[in-house]
Amino acid sequence: MDQQYDVIILGTGLTECILSGLLSVEGKKVLQIDRNEYYGSSTASLHLNQLYSKFKGDAAPEALGKDRDYNVDLIPKFAMASGEFVNILYHTDVTRYLEFKQIAGSYVYTNGQISKVPTSTTEAALSPLLSLLEKPRAKAFFEFIQNYDFTNPSTHDGLDLNTATMREVYAKFGLESGTQDFIGHALALELNDEYIDKPARATYEKICLYVNSLAMYGKSPYIYPVYGLGELPQGFARLSAIHGGTYMLNKPVDEVLYENGKFVGIKSEGETVKANLVIGDASYFQDKVKKVGQVVRVICILNHPIPDTGDADSVQIVIPQNQIGRAHDIYIASVSSSHNVTPSGHHIAIVSTLVTNPTTDAESEVAAGLALLGPIVEKFVHVDDLYEPLSSGADDQVFISKSYDATSHFETTCADVKDLYKRITGVELKVEGKVAKLKDEE
Amino acid sequence: MSTNQQPPTTSSPQPKPVQVKLVLLGEAAVGKSSLVLRFVNNEFHENKEPTIGAAFLTQKCRLEDKIIKFEIWDTAGQERFASLAPMYYRNAQAAVVAYDITKQVSCPFLHALSKTPQKHPFKPKHYIALVGNKLDLESERTVPTEEAQAYATEQGLLFTEASAKTGEYVMEVFTEIAKKIPLEQLLASRSRWCRAGSGRVDLNQTAGSGAAAGGCCQ
Repeated sequence: MDQQYDVIILGTGLTECILSGLLSVEGKKVLQIDRNEYYGSSTASLHLNQLYSKFKGDAAPEALGKDRDYNVDLIPKFAMASGEFVNILYHTDVTRYLEFKQIAGSYVYTNGQISKVPTSTTEAALSPLLSLLEKPRAKAFFEFIQNYDFTNPSTHDGLDLNTATMREVYAKFGLESGTQDFIGHALALELNDEYIDKPARATYEKICLYVNSLAMYGKSPYIYPVYGLGELPQGFARLSAIHGGTYMLNKPVDEVLYENGKFVGIKSEGETVKANLVIGDASYFQDKVKKVGQVVRVICILNHPIPDTGDADSVQIVIPQNQIGRAHDIYIASVSSSHNVTPSGHHIAIVSTLVTNPTTDAESEVAAGLALLGPIVEKFVHVDDLYEPLSSGADDQVFISKSYDATSHFETTCADVKDLYKRITGVELKVEGKVAKLKDEE
Repeated sequence: MSTNQQPPTTSSPQPKPVQVKLVLLGEAAVGKSSLVLRFVNNEFHENKEPTIGAAFLTQKCRLEDKIIKFEIWDTAGQERFASLAPMYYRNAQAAVVAYDITKQVSCPFLHALSKTPQKHPFKPKHYIALVGNKLDLESERTVPTEEAQAYATEQGLLFTEASAKTGEYVMEVFTEIAKKIPLEQLLASRSRWCRAGSGRVDLNQTAGSGAAAGGCCQ
């Protein structure tokens, strides 16, 4: 190990690995360290024995199949097919190391049952989600969204989405509360109803992201890497390594060193390594972060597909808060052997939500989600604190990533990557065209 | 740059190339990248820097009745501190395990290799070649050929000594692996994967452009 680097990165979560890759490609000398013996930190996918050892402290029962046939995500997320995360994958060419598959369907829980989110006008016409009277109103709403052009007032129909709230938009089209739940929660993927009284533009953009992503491959707006989400940090770590990044797993960080309040290096196993700045996840900087919430995630192993999903090999189910009288939506993300994350015949379903009341039993927060799964072979409950950095890093040169939130996709992770990148380098991250192409132009 | 070896060619109609992922294993500085650069570009660079820059290299290997297109993954230095990602081994059909015949210290890896199958299981369908590199430094040899050969036989590995510097026996390493790979089996398992693989998307082809992709059997 050399003694001097440009950047030291602590942890190998997705955010850290993307930044590592981007900075190495730009010629920075990067050292990335993880205290765990595996890649991914909190975005790792674990084999069955690792999972049992982490949550139950013992070995997995043999009846569940081979240890290494399992790649169980700790944090459930899918990639939006036309989202910013896919742009970053494409921009960095990390797509070369990964294979993706579609998630087979997206469902929403309304009136006590789950229904498929329609993927075409034909499906929409047949869908039980909306009443016959409501369908023309919803159609008018979607035509309005589709045709809306911020630069052309004639498409605005008297509603400027920069200032009008979603409440006003819903009112204009006379949409029922169930339809509002469907649009706001199953399409815009808002986590609660706070969006309703905010300017509609953000929600409009989220609806567009969903619709554009759905249009990419057709079954759902989501794609997912074969062998699990843990492949994503590994792909970016490889990008970094190929451009000279140094990797040390299973390496404790004993002390972070400062001079006059500014980061200068780290101490690990008696060695001191220096760098101009450090990037890391909150677990390495507990004194420099604040807790902003809690997410409960229950990983379930099933030996059948989730009921009422047409035996889908993979699904998302959104349970809007209003449907079950909660303050936050519950999400279910399920994948299986077709994504090489379980042996054949088994499925993984992760049920998650933001914790509303930290004093109650965490599992009870997701009871409505667990009830949809049918018989559960095994459950692993974890409650994760969500952290954010106390400062921007400008003063101490310590750049801390946000915890992975309760959203079902990587868009907020990308926003954090871009924000960190700007704070670190002083310039905006451009993810247009490929890294290699940009290089050729220089 | 000395010998210039070409893979055997044939004039009969060209079969479709079959892609095979091959990974390099071995301690740092035994010449893994140099072996591949010799095989792929027929080049050798003295005092080559530790691996930087290539995601993977490809090279076709023509045999009498088949063409194998090796997709060769280099470790990118991640082996230096025992931090190779599992992704690296994923779906590899073949491996070249290299050591330096002049360095006993690069040999403990040979013994460690017997532990490897538990950690990163190469099943019998995978083909592994043990390669003693730096044969041009015969006078400095510290690893006897017989010992390595005996080890390879015991473990069921192909074995060759070669020199990335002179090119000697480098091509043979890859053609021997190519010969051993049962293509029919490989193609059959791929078409099973394709049938099971509905819903696959190809981001290399379609990112940003919005076209759907289904086919994966090239």
